[in-house]
Amino acid sequence: MTQGTPVLDLVDIRKIYGAGDAEVRALDGVSLTVNTGDFVAIMGASGSGKSTLMNIIGALDVATTGEYHLDGIDINSLDEDALSIVRNRKIGFIFQSFNLIPRTSALANVELPLAYRGVRRGERRERAQAALAAVGLADRMHHRPNELSGGQQQRVAVARALVAQPSLLLADEPTGNLDSHATADVLSLLDAMHAEGRTIVMITHEDDVAAHAQRVVTLRDGRVSDDRRNR
Amino acid sequence: MNLMESIRSGWQAILANRLRSVLTTLGIMIGVAAVIVLVAFGQGARNAVTGSIESLGTNLITIFPGTGPGADPSLPVKDLTIEDAVALNDPISAPDVAGAAPTKRAPVTCTLGSTSHSTSITGTWPGYFAISNSAVDAGTYFTNADELDGRRVVVIGKTVAEDMFGEADPIGQQINCNGVPFAVLGVLAPKGASGFGDQDDVIIAPLSTVRNHLTGYGSLDTIAVQAKSSQTQSLAQDQAVAILDQRHGVDITTRDFQVFNQASLLDTVNQAIGIFTALLGAVAAISLLVGGIGITNIMLVSVTERTREIGIRKAIGASRRVILMQFLIEAIVLSLIGAFFGLVIAFLVTQIEVAGIKPTIIPLSVVGAFGISVGIGLFFGSWPANRAASLRPIEALRHE
Repeated sequence: MTQGTPVLDLVDIRKIYGAGDAEVRALDGVSLTVNTGDFVAIMGASGSGKSTLMNIIGALDVATTGEYHLDGIDINSLDEDALSIVRNRKIGFIFQSFNLIPRTSALANVELPLAYRGVRRGERRERAQAALAAVGLADRMHHRPNELSGGQQQRVAVARALVAQPSLLLADEPTGNLDSHATADVLSLLDAMHAEGRTIVMITHEDDVAAHAQRVVTLRDGRVSDDRRNR
Repeated sequence: MNLMESIRSGWQAILANRLRSVLTTLGIMIGVAAVIVLVAFGQGARNAVTGSIESLGTNLITIFPGTGPGADPSLPVKDLTIEDAVALNDPISAPDVAGAAPTKRAPVTCTLGSTSHSTSITGTWPGYFAISNSAVDAGTYFTNADELDGRRVVVIGKTVAEDMFGEADPIGQQINCNGVPFAVLGVLAPKGASGFGDQDDVIIAPLSTVRNHLTGYGSLDTIAVQAKSSQTQSLAQDQAVAILDQRHGVDITTRDFQVFNQASLLDTVNQAIGIFTALLGAVAAISLLVGGIGITNIMLVSVTERTREIGIRKAIGASRRVILMQFLIEAIVLSLIGAFFGLVIAFLVTQIEVAGIKPTIIPLSVVGAFGISVGIGLFFGSWPANRAASLRPIEALRHE
């Protein structure tokens, strides 16, 4: 695999909550580079800082110190409005708890990132339909989240993450709430996207899920304790 | 995300919580309906009073004897006389006066066989019919000859005619008023009831006859003066006052008569009704305010309830502005729906006539109600919307 510009470039990221005796170092100097097309799993016990890292990578939170470049953009220098644009254009989120907008059809959910980007209605609809078809939900477009199974909801979330063609797919325990059958479904979707050349960062604590990744980074006490390549 | 889509998404959020949305809009609905209905009743009352004042006579100026309120009580007061009325009919010194007629009233009880009717009789000149907007429906007016000769003839109002004659034709019949027999010449066209009592309960007779038989020759009660047009009403009034000042030898400080004109009466009444309407409207506006607070309340609940949803939206790229717009538009759509149904209710309620007042919806209150509703949505929705917009995405996402 050719190694172009890194999609993700984290240098000595620290996230410190509180001060003095109550100081908590959620991240204590994490450096990480992820290249285009890579599929990276981030593992670690709870409290290891992987959620904090995920929030920072996802531009939902800002590091206390350190440098973070996403697609060459210096994320730490951006204000909140610019961050929302970055989240919209550069990142596709897949959450553990699906996080679909309730009482809103699958199609409308998938259209939403495009709507925030200002894509016209007709084009948006077409692209959302294509994305839903790609995850095998062409016949469930007008169902609402509460009318879908967990696996189906997560596939809608995958379609929503994909539809805006982001630089980075960020999956936070994507199979944490799914049964083994649905887990296999979602993982095969991730595999397929990886095969298409998408860059994926997935947070998980399950070894067999992490086994789908090319590279496994393990966090411990807010630092990278292990970084190895599968296969 | 353009405006249409924000509206569509606000509409979806409203539909998603139907019962709550209905209850929220109820406050605005009642407020808007109350404002429009009460203002409409105020306008209806104004129309009714204006109508009845106008039916007293067009461009009417009425002169009463006596000093005004607050004047020195020791001032001498001259009677209003026939000569005064004659002087007011002078086309050279009073070019804008169309006509002037003296009146003298007396309470009477009139009988016809066994029926009797108590009212007042107005003695005046034939010109009074035109001045007071009183037209004869059946029969004829009395004439200058009747006045000169002091003939015992009357023209009666509709109420008197119905009360005394029922279905029978009163023309040519004779009635006794306080023992004096009068021949009925004509019946006036009905004017209808008004804030000033039954305007059809009148008997009009020649002034000389009334003075001769019923009242004696004291001061006149009034001189009714008609201006040539509503534009020249104040000119006509000035001319009448100048003539009487000169005749009575008085000026503005010692004036021994008072002048009322229809325009100032209308002004006074309209002012009073205006204040009354404004008060009613203000009370109704309070319910609109309460409705607005209802919107704030429900929008705050909605923001709290949808914190997670806001987090999701922010995670997938919604900016502060988009979230702000979404909740603001939701609030505005809610209040506009309330305003619309409030308007419908107001239209239905104002079909009902209360106490003879036909409510009239004024377009300004409709436009105003909608404008105010948008304002309420903006104002009362802005706090919750701001709260939603400034939520931090990670905290919002963590919210259960």
